[in-house]
Amino acid sequence: MGKYLRKKIIVYIITFILAVTINFFIPRLMPGDPIQSLLSRFSGMEGGREILENQLTLLFNLDQPLWQQYANFWKSVFTLDFGISIIQFPTPVLDIIKRAIVYDLSVLLPAIILSWIVGNKLGAFSGTDKRVDKSTMPFFYFLASSPYFWMAGLVAFFFGVVIGWFPISGAYGSTATPGLNWSFIKDFLHHWFLPFFTMFLVQLGGWAIGMRNMIMYEKSSNYSKYMETLGSSKKLIRKYGFRNGVLPQVTGLALRLGRIVGGAITVQVVFNYPGLGRMLLDAVQNQDYFLMQGIFLTIVTMVLIANFTVDIIYMFIDPRVRLSFTEEV
Amino acid sequence: MFKDFWSKHENIYYALTNKKVIFGLTIVALVFMLAAFGPMLTPYEYGEYAGEGYLPPSGDHFFGTTIDGRDVFTRTVYGLRSTLLVGAIAGTVATLVGCIIGFLAGYYGGSIFDELLMMLTNIFVVIPQLALLIVIAAFLEVRGVIIMAFIVSLTAWPWTARAVRSQTLSLKNQEYVSLSRISALSVGRILREDIASNMFSYVFMVFIQQFNGTMLATVQLEFLGLGPTKGISLGLVMQNAVNWNGIQLGMWWWAIIPGLILTILITALYFVNTGLDAAFNPRLREM
Repeated sequence: MGKYLRKKIIVYIITFILAVTINFFIPRLMPGDPIQSLLSRFSGMEGGREILENQLTLLFNLDQPLWQQYANFWKSVFTLDFGISIIQFPTPVLDIIKRAIVYDLSVLLPAIILSWIVGNKLGAFSGTDKRVDKSTMPFFYFLASSPYFWMAGLVAFFFGVVIGWFPISGAYGSTATPGLNWSFIKDFLHHWFLPFFTMFLVQLGGWAIGMRNMIMYEKSSNYSKYMETLGSSKKLIRKYGFRNGVLPQVTGLALRLGRIVGGAITVQVVFNYPGLGRMLLDAVQNQDYFLMQGIFLTIVTMVLIANFTVDIIYMFIDPRVRLSFTEEV
Repeated sequence: MFKDFWSKHENIYYALTNKKVIFGLTIVALVFMLAAFGPMLTPYEYGEYAGEGYLPPSGDHFFGTTIDGRDVFTRTVYGLRSTLLVGAIAGTVATLVGCIIGFLAGYYGGSIFDELLMMLTNIFVVIPQLALLIVIAAFLEVRGVIIMAFIVSLTAWPWTARAVRSQTLSLKNQEYVSLSRISALSVGRILREDIASNMFSYVFMVFIQQFNGTMLATVQLEFLGLGPTKGISLGLVMQNAVNWNGIQLGMWWWAIIPGLILTILITALYFVNTGLDAAFNPRLREM
C-alpha cells in the first residue's frame, strides 16, 4: 500500500479512537448527576428498575477502575451495544439508529453527488465565459452563503406554502404505512424532495465557485495560453482546465463532508425529517445519553467511511498517486 | 508624498479601486451599521410585547411582528449584534491558531513536528464539526459570547492551518529567508518578518473566509438552541419562527428576513474576497 493511503488510514483510526473517547467521557463529565436524573425518569415505569440497573452497569460500571470502564466501553462499541434509549423507551439505541440512517443516506448521497457534478460543470462554464460569469456568480455566492436551515426555510416557504407543491413536514404522510408499495414510495419521494433540494442548492454554490476559480487559474497558465495561440476552441481549453481543476475539488469534497453532515442536521430540524440529526438533537434536549453516544459515533463513522471512499476515488483519478503504487515517483 | 504611498502599497490601491471590493464593502458597512445603530431606531425591547401579533412589515414594525406580538426588527438587530460578535471573535481566534500552526508546520516542513501538527489538523478536519459542537455545547449549561466563540473556533481552524502551511513551504526556501537563517535570526523573527509579512494579503483573505464560516457555524448552533444561553441571537429568532410554525403560517418576515440579512452579509464578504483575490494576484489582475 502506498504511503498516501497508509497515512490517511492512521488519521482515521486515531479520529475514531478520539471519538469513542469523547463518547466515553460524555456522561461522566456531564453537569449535574445523570444517574439521579435517570432514576427519577424510570421510577414510575414497569420493570424500569431492572433495566436501569442493566443500563448503568453497562455504561458506567462505576465500581470498577477507570481503565476497566474504558475497556468495557470499547467492548460495547465493537458489539454495537449502545444501550437502550430513554426517549423511546424501551427501544435499543441501535434500532433507532438503523431506522433513522435510511433517511440520512437517501437525502445526503444523491444531494452530495449530484450537486458536485452539476456544480462543477456550471462552474467550468462560468470560468471560461465572462458574460455567463457576471450573471451567474452572484447567484452562486448567494447559495454558498446561505445557512442550510435558512435555505430550508426559504425552500419550504416557496414550494411548500406559496405554491403548495410539496409537504414540508415529516418523511411520509400520517396515513401512509411504510412498505414497498408504489403509493408509499410516491409519498416518500414527495416528502423527500425538499430536504434533498435544500442540501443540493447550498452545496451547488460552493462547488460552482470552487471550479470557477480553478478554471480561472488554469486559464492563466502557460499551457492554456499556448493552446489559445494555437487557435483551439474555448471548449477544448475548458476541457483541459477542467481535468486539472477537478482534483482539488475531490479533495474539497473530503474537507467539506463534515460540514455538509452538520448542515443536514439543521435541515432535518426544519423539515421535521426523522434522520440522525434530528434524533441527536432530541437526545441532547432530553438528556438521553445513550442515544446521544450512539448517534455521535454513527455520524463520525459515516463521515470517516465517506472520507475513505473519497481518498480511494482520488487515488484512481490522480495519476501521480496511482503511479506511486507501481513505481516510486 | 501620496505617490510615494501608493507605489509602496500598490496592493491596497488595486484593492480599493476594484469594483467588487467597493460593492461588497458598501453592503458590509450597511449591515454593520444596522447592527450598531439599529437598536436606536426601535422604541421596543427585544423581549417585550410590542403590539398585535402576526403583523406584516409596516412603518411601526419594520419587519412585522412575531406570532406573540414581539417586534421582529428589534429582535433581528439585537440578534445580529450577538451573532456578529461571536463570529468575529471566533474568526479571529481560528485565523490566529490556524496561522501559528501553519507557520510552524510549514517552517519545520518534513520534520516529525510537522507530521504531528498535520496529523492533529487532519483529525480535526474529518471530525464532523456540528455533531461535535452539539455534544460540547450540551455539556455547558451556561454559555456566554466568549465561550460560544471558543466552541466555534475549535473546529474552524484546521483548513487555515493546512493552507498557511503550504504557503509557508513555498516561501521558506526563498533566498532572503535563507539569508536570515544564516544570520542566526530567531525562528520567531524569521516567521514574523520574512514569512508572515509576505503573506499579509493572503492571511487577510483567509480571515474573511474564516469570519464567513464561523458566522455560519454560530448561527447553526443558535438555531439548534445551543447558542448563548442569555439574550437573543439571529439563529434563535429563526428557531422561534420554525418552532411556532412561522413558515406554515406564511410569516416570511419572521422566518426569512433575519436569515436573509446574514446571507447578504456573507455574500458581500465573498465579493470582497473575490475582488481582493483579483487585486492581490497580478496574474488574475491583467485579465
